[in-house]
Amino acid sequence: MRAISFVRQFVEAALAIAIAPLFTGWIAQCRAWLQNRSAPPLLQPYRMLRKLFLKDVALATGASALFRATPYVLFGTMVLAAAIIPSIVTDLPLARVADSIALVGLFATARVFLSLAAMDIGTAFGTLGARREMMIGFLAEPALLMVLFNAFLLYGSTSLPSLVDGYRAHLSVIDPSVIFAALAFVMVALAENARIPIDNPSTHLELTMIHEAMLLEYSARHLALVEWASSLKLFNYACIGFALFLPWGIATHGADGAGALLIAIAALIGKLTIAGAALALIESLSAKLRIFRAPEYLAMAFLLAVLGLLVHLLVGA
Amino acid sequence: MPMDLCLGGKATYDIPSNLPCRRTTVGAVDWHRGAEMLQAAGGRLLTLWGADDRDRDGRFRIYAAFLVKEGVAVFEHEMESQSKPTYPSLAEIFPCALHMERAVHDLLGIASMEPDHRGWLRHGGWPQTVFPLRRDFDGSQQFPIDSQPYAFVQVEGDGVHEIAVGPVHAGTIEPGHFRFSVVGEKVLRLEERLGYTHKGVAKRFEGMQQKEGHRLAARLSGDSAVAFSWAYCAALEAITHTTCPPRAANLRALALEHERLANHLGDLGALGNDAGFAFGLTQFSRMKEDLLRVNASAFGARYLFDFVEPGGVVVDLPENASRSLLDHYLVLEEGVSSLCAIYDNHPGLQDRFRDAGVLNQELAEKLGAIGLAGRASGVSIDLRVDYPYPPYDRLNPKLVIQSTGDVGARVQVRFDEIFESLRLCRMLLEDSASGPIRTDCPFGVPGRLGLGLIEAWRGPVVIAIESGPDGSIRRCHAHDPSWQNWPLLEYAILGNIVPDFPLINKSFNLSYSGHDG
Repeated sequence: MRAISFVRQFVEAALAIAIAPLFTGWIAQCRAWLQNRSAPPLLQPYRMLRKLFLKDVALATGASALFRATPYVLFGTMVLAAAIIPSIVTDLPLARVADSIALVGLFATARVFLSLAAMDIGTAFGTLGARREMMIGFLAEPALLMVLFNAFLLYGSTSLPSLVDGYRAHLSVIDPSVIFAALAFVMVALAENARIPIDNPSTHLELTMIHEAMLLEYSARHLALVEWASSLKLFNYACIGFALFLPWGIATHGADGAGALLIAIAALIGKLTIAGAALALIESLSAKLRIFRAPEYLAMAFLLAVLGLLVHLLVGA
Repeated sequence: MPMDLCLGGKATYDIPSNLPCRRTTVGAVDWHRGAEMLQAAGGRLLTLWGADDRDRDGRFRIYAAFLVKEGVAVFEHEMESQSKPTYPSLAEIFPCALHMERAVHDLLGIASMEPDHRGWLRHGGWPQTVFPLRRDFDGSQQFPIDSQPYAFVQVEGDGVHEIAVGPVHAGTIEPGHFRFSVVGEKVLRLEERLGYTHKGVAKRFEGMQQKEGHRLAARLSGDSAVAFSWAYCAALEAITHTTCPPRAANLRALALEHERLANHLGDLGALGNDAGFAFGLTQFSRMKEDLLRVNASAFGARYLFDFVEPGGVVVDLPENASRSLLDHYLVLEEGVSSLCAIYDNHPGLQDRFRDAGVLNQELAEKLGAIGLAGRASGVSIDLRVDYPYPPYDRLNPKLVIQSTGDVGARVQVRFDEIFESLRLCRMLLEDSASGPIRTDCPFGVPGRLGLGLIEAWRGPVVIAIESGPDGSIRRCHAHDPSWQNWPLLEYAILGNIVPDFPLINKSFNLSYSGHDG
């Protein structure tokens, strides 16, 4: 293991932290354009973070250490996740420690912490949001695992970097199961990131919220970290999607010089631009589902992923 | 008239009003029995108000106005007792009377015989022994806030818990408290608590000049400014036997329909947004803003405050305005039609709208639903259609009605009313009535009661004025249809899930300020 690998690892994580809010800002911009509104500046999320970091924390009475620690845990898990997802390089020393099943566990850890913190304060809305989040979470996780299993069957590994490397090795293979898995993945990603049609990130109606309801009591730097972690989560999901279905441009093992790295960054930004616009389009075209339609929606995602598996087994056999 | 019959041949008198209106003085027994008979004959409670006449004849009075087939019937009941004035409750006949009776108790100390005397408008802003609407109360007095816990009805059972929402909400909206009892996401019971925006408007009216009152009336609920000021002017003009010139009546109706259009546009956008369809909000907001700008250039005010005044209106339309208004209607109609098609064909939106917050016709009739929310549940009532006051008598307005009573029906009523309002506006502009836009409105003879009723976008608003000496107001009661329709929401939400509440609430879009007074 060479020191340069660790440099790459560091660059990748730092890049994720730096541009995740940009991705969120880009989606907000696209949404505004699609709805004939004048868009907020691209850098608006950074201004928001700056504003929040400059403010003093207002803490709810009776908030425990868990409540105060959660923003750091969230941010930490999301940065760690970003470090093991091959967004620009596959030679990631940290990724050897955790495969994609551990990645799903990492997201689950964040979810559990946020839900507990929301209930810690004891307001009706926090508990309401936490309950709904757990419902969405436990339905979305199996679907996500099924999507990952699709990729494992194709390339024979549960580690995302080896998947990307493996994809390069089998470039000629086009498996129809990928289409099913990709559809399922998009559905899960929307649900997991509190986007329409499952949740509405821009709502102010406290009774309808899922993710936002858990954040209502957070302020200042805590809120900034939670928001930043949300941006990172969305960024991470996008990068998982790219690694699984659109791995072009990622600097693979052994071919990751400075030039390849630059190309990888350019490819990532290009892919994020398109993905952000597509996400905004989906959000602008759909209405929010009734919350009890969410199980049907996620069951659909699960079914698609299972269909992908079956198709692979049938075609592969 | 049946109103005469049902009161055992008691004498009735005409009340000055823009609708046919009769008044009867009744005793305690007839107060209750008469209301029962009116209810049996299909009558509805319009409003209930009290008055302190101890300075005049040592009595407290309570009035109830009912909408019956022939017009409006007003009951007047005198109470002998000065220390403990009471009257029989109408709440078991007209459930919507309960909140009104509690409000009368808070303001005047006249208690109905109904056991629920929890403060409705009184939130501890004044002591329980003080009644701000009594004539011997000095409105400038201040009291320390003495807020007592409010006894919400508790629901008990396995897994039942309460969610308290408001009065301060996450969005910028008016204050009101909603106490949900839920199992999981399912709502078992909703109890509303209102009164947070009580401003003492009725007290402020006292002693005000009759010629000034329309300004205050317009500000009771800003989204119904035209309706309230018109209702005020209609009552005052009826008392003073003033006839509003035809041109002015046309302009008032035009402004009222513009107000209806602007509110419906805003609501339709907000309904889309509450279902997560932000595209609808931006499109409808744009159209509403365009309309408000048209208002500013045609009427001189975006929200049409102070356009209607006693005797007529303030200004005539500028030259060539009708041409540009007609052009604007075309653009607006086209925009609304295409958005109506988008809403109708959007499976996600329709899934949210249909079967959400259903209020069936039977329950709506029983609860006394009126106005837009009533029409969405098949309650056919629209003052413009049923009792066409000028200029609606020449326009032949069509009744817009739906039967399903869900959010979708309330959306559809709004769409249909927009098209109907546009038709009315065109007719009003084509109507060549010309001439003066205002006439002089003299002082009313002291001690005369007059009623003004106007169908606002939300439902009928009622203003009752009793004139005082030297052109002053002795008592003015302003009633918003939200009084009748707030309780509907408590029933429409039953069996629905908590996250659907904001959408259902928005589909009613009731006034807090207009209700709290």
